[in-house]
Amino acid sequence: MERAPGSGRVPRVLAESPSACAPAVSQASLLRLYHRFRALDWNEKGYLSRVDLQQIGALAVNPLGDRIIDSFFPDGSLHLDFPGFVRVLARFRPVDDEDNGNRDPKEPEPLNSRMNKLRFAFQLYDLDRDGKISRQEMLQVLRLMVGVQVTEEQLESIADRTVQEADEDGDGAVSFLEFAKSLEKMNIEQKMSIRILK
Amino acid sequence: MLRAALPLLGLPLAGAGATEEPTQEPGSPGEPPPGLALFRWQWHEVEAPYLVALWILVASLAKIVFHLSRKVTSLVPESCLLILLGLVLGGIVLAVAKKAEYQLEPGTFFLFLLPPIVLDSGYFMPSRLFFDNLGAILTYAVVGTLWNAFTTGAALWGLQQAGLVAPRVQAGLLDFLLFGSLISAVDPVAVLAVFEEVHVNETLFIIVFGESLLNDAVTVVLYKVCNSFVEMGSANVQATDYLKGVASLFVVSLGGAAVGLVFAFLLALTTRFTKRVRIIEPLLVFLLAYAAYLTAEMASLSAILAVTMCGLGCKKYVEANISHKSRTAVKYTMKTLASCAETIIFMLLGISAVDSSKWAWDSGLVLGTLFFILFFRALGVVLQTWVLNQFRLVPLDKIDQVVMSYGGLRGAVAFALVILLDRTKIPAKDYFVATTIVVVFFTVIVQGLTIKPLVKWLKVKRSEHHKPTLNQELHEHTFDHILAAVEDVVGHHGYHYWRDRWEQFDKKYLSQLLMRRSAYRIRDQIWDVYYRLNIRDAISFVDQGGHVLSSTGLTLPSMPSRNSVAETSVTNLLRESGSGACLDLQVIDTVRSGRDREDAVMHHLLCGGLYKPRYRKDGMANTEATNGKPPRDLGFQDTAAVILTVESEEEEDSDSSETEKEDDEGIIFVARATSEVLQEGKVSGSLEVCPSPRIIPPSPTCAEKELPWKSGQGDLAVYVSSETTKIVPVDMQTGWNQSISSLESLASPPCTQAPAMTRLPPRSLVTEEPQAPLNLPSDLRPSFAFPPSLAKAGRSHSESSADIPQQQELQPLMGHEDHTHLSPGTANSHWCIQFNRGGRL
Repeated sequence: MERAPGSGRVPRVLAESPSACAPAVSQASLLRLYHRFRALDWNEKGYLSRVDLQQIGALAVNPLGDRIIDSFFPDGSLHLDFPGFVRVLARFRPVDDEDNGNRDPKEPEPLNSRMNKLRFAFQLYDLDRDGKISRQEMLQVLRLMVGVQVTEEQLESIADRTVQEADEDGDGAVSFLEFAKSLEKMNIEQKMSIRILK
Repeated sequence: MLRAALPLLGLPLAGAGATEEPTQEPGSPGEPPPGLALFRWQWHEVEAPYLVALWILVASLAKIVFHLSRKVTSLVPESCLLILLGLVLGGIVLAVAKKAEYQLEPGTFFLFLLPPIVLDSGYFMPSRLFFDNLGAILTYAVVGTLWNAFTTGAALWGLQQAGLVAPRVQAGLLDFLLFGSLISAVDPVAVLAVFEEVHVNETLFIIVFGESLLNDAVTVVLYKVCNSFVEMGSANVQATDYLKGVASLFVVSLGGAAVGLVFAFLLALTTRFTKRVRIIEPLLVFLLAYAAYLTAEMASLSAILAVTMCGLGCKKYVEANISHKSRTAVKYTMKTLASCAETIIFMLLGISAVDSSKWAWDSGLVLGTLFFILFFRALGVVLQTWVLNQFRLVPLDKIDQVVMSYGGLRGAVAFALVILLDRTKIPAKDYFVATTIVVVFFTVIVQGLTIKPLVKWLKVKRSEHHKPTLNQELHEHTFDHILAAVEDVVGHHGYHYWRDRWEQFDKKYLSQLLMRRSAYRIRDQIWDVYYRLNIRDAISFVDQGGHVLSSTGLTLPSMPSRNSVAETSVTNLLRESGSGACLDLQVIDTVRSGRDREDAVMHHLLCGGLYKPRYRKDGMANTEATNGKPPRDLGFQDTAAVILTVESEEEEDSDSSETEKEDDEGIIFVARATSEVLQEGKVSGSLEVCPSPRIIPPSPTCAEKELPWKSGQGDLAVYVSSETTKIVPVDMQTGWNQSISSLESLASPPCTQAPAMTRLPPRSLVTEEPQAPLNLPSDLRPSFAFPPSLAKAGRSHSESSADIPQQQELQPLMGHEDHTHLSPGTANSHWCIQFNRGGRL
């Protein structure tokens, strides 16, 4: 499935802007991602389109597949270049100790920080990008995730309750802070990481 | 003794029959009648089972005594106490009988004592956690056990070569390897007994415990291979035998797992069809799991692995299929059996150690073994962890490794295996026995005693109680999907990918095949959490006395159709929470913030108040047609109403008849009022014809017409009703007592207006009571008086009179209350359900 890329191209791309395109992703995984990127870009146009990602078989049956694909294309863009590709995936890099320990506070938050991982999940819910998960948005996600066996009314009561549970300021929607708060007990760093992206 | 005794357990029946016969027919021809004995002592007929029962009783009493002092049990693990007790008892028996009796026999141990423990641990194994750490568990179980066995065996042989073991221990390298193989395996019983009290974090626990379960296959193979090599004599062992040994490792482990999975499949499939015979569900679980164990044992595969896989594999489907009561029964029986077996094992271990005829002491061997098993365990753990950490997302740190090394407890499996050795083939058996006993005692007592302080001292991450919230559950699913998707995008088929695949396969095929349709529809994790949260709310509400929230609190579990389940589990949970071992108590404490509660109050008040009556009328509209499932496409506002009334309807349906719902109440109900059951069984049968209300939607016109309380009144009605629900059970109890005799004497032909049963929606207010008995305000009792003059509904005096307080308060509903009085039969059945509940509380 993965084709060997042109031998000259890989170093060039990686050498061009290693830090810009691949924040803190190791060389080995960068190479792996590059191979994958090229494999997905089957007609060698140099970027990925939605269709390219949609062709991944397993992604098509993933209930959140469409939304996850969308999150690769921020701001309605149609092209996904390699840096963008890596930038999205970099969020799933495991958190190292050194990331937490001696990080310069002036530096921007690393992409794989807890908050960024959460933000990625949050924007899957927040379709209209208003910074809040409304009851309706919650319901839509539930509809995708919960099997057909649960009826619509049940879904609605679940959605109600879920929003109610996380909603702290009583505006009937879940803001990002409330979202993060509702998950504060959970080990996000661990749950939203993939080892091979180290 | 137990080995002799337990197979005889079948005998008491035969024995009892045999003994009864002569007494019943003293004058049988040919024999002179012995004369009527007033008193006969028949110890020998009952001896075996009696002794078994007595031992279990002693063990249980000992447990009770241990737990009288909280101080002792918090410091000393129960297993230690039991072993010490065993030592004392063994000493007493030895002193009295002059010979050591009642020892731990390998046959008893492997056939009767071990299976319940393994089944318990397999069935209640947190499967997600287990599979998340499967790689590490398998490594430690296979590589670790092999490493331990070979290094310990070889090192002991080296010790002997160095002359540190007395020359009277006649053993060669193979003997030592055999001994190493049986002493090296971490024992599930010991690990469970100690670690359950230590509460280390889940990952650590599952790794140590999973290892102890899965290493059985390795132990069995190593033991058998070494044993046969020893018996063949080392000279006759050929290269092919070694190959066979390696091959048998795969056969034994994979074969054992396969047997377990096959039985898990059978078990799940069988429980799919127990809808009408709920009572045998728990039995099936135990029978098939035990059959898996015996089958694997018969084929000399790894029986522990078989039962573990069986429990692990079947749980999801079985839990979905069987009724709530069966679930509780399975849970408690399993826990009881396991704890019973564990107790006996440790006690017998203590007793067995007293028998000095079986063992011979050699300090060099004993001390050497102790040192080597500790040393090589630690070394093995460090080496394996180093390798594993290259692949683990969350590396195991040094503290984890210390606990894992130190938690490698040996136990009864090793002891039973060493007893099984053949003294003629292995001349050093007695020394091995003594060493094993010392090792087991050392690990269980010394390590068991010190591991708790050690864990505290090292500040090992403890397991923290997660209070599951809907958000966490939902988002966790989201994360799973995200990770699976990211793996897809990255093109790496890793763990998440395969888990996702498996879940899809499971959803598409396995669940369809193994779960009954209703259960399949019900089963969803998010739903499940939602549902449990509601139950918790109900419980916490009840715990608080149910005053402030009474109107809304009662409608809190206003959940869609599965409410009958909800209710029974409220009572179940309540009862369980009294038992002390309740995980949920902590959760109950997590009362949501005041503002949240207010919101909930408001929400439910609105839902209940505004929309319930509307649906009630819906229910009326399709009396004949629906079987109570809410029409799917109702708008949001209707749904609340649907939810509420459906609860009551289904309550009835599921309680009395055997529709697709879970009918937990079935058994009790049958016992009390058979006629109604039969009666309503027919009703439901007719209802099943149209399984979904969507086919015959409620007629809206009729609904509009019969909606007198549509707006503001409904609010009032609901409020009042929930107040009355508090009263009603009390009245009903007295009313019931008064009327039950009259009911029975009348032997009323069950109601002729069968379809009217579905008219009960008007009474849904009353049917909310199952929650009410939970917080029965007993002070209401004196304030109530029966207005007998109002008893107008023919046969069922009490029922109708019980309605009267409500009739007075629920004026808006009166018109419909009258309808229900037309069908006293159904009313009866309805009330009996209530009483059953009340009685059980």
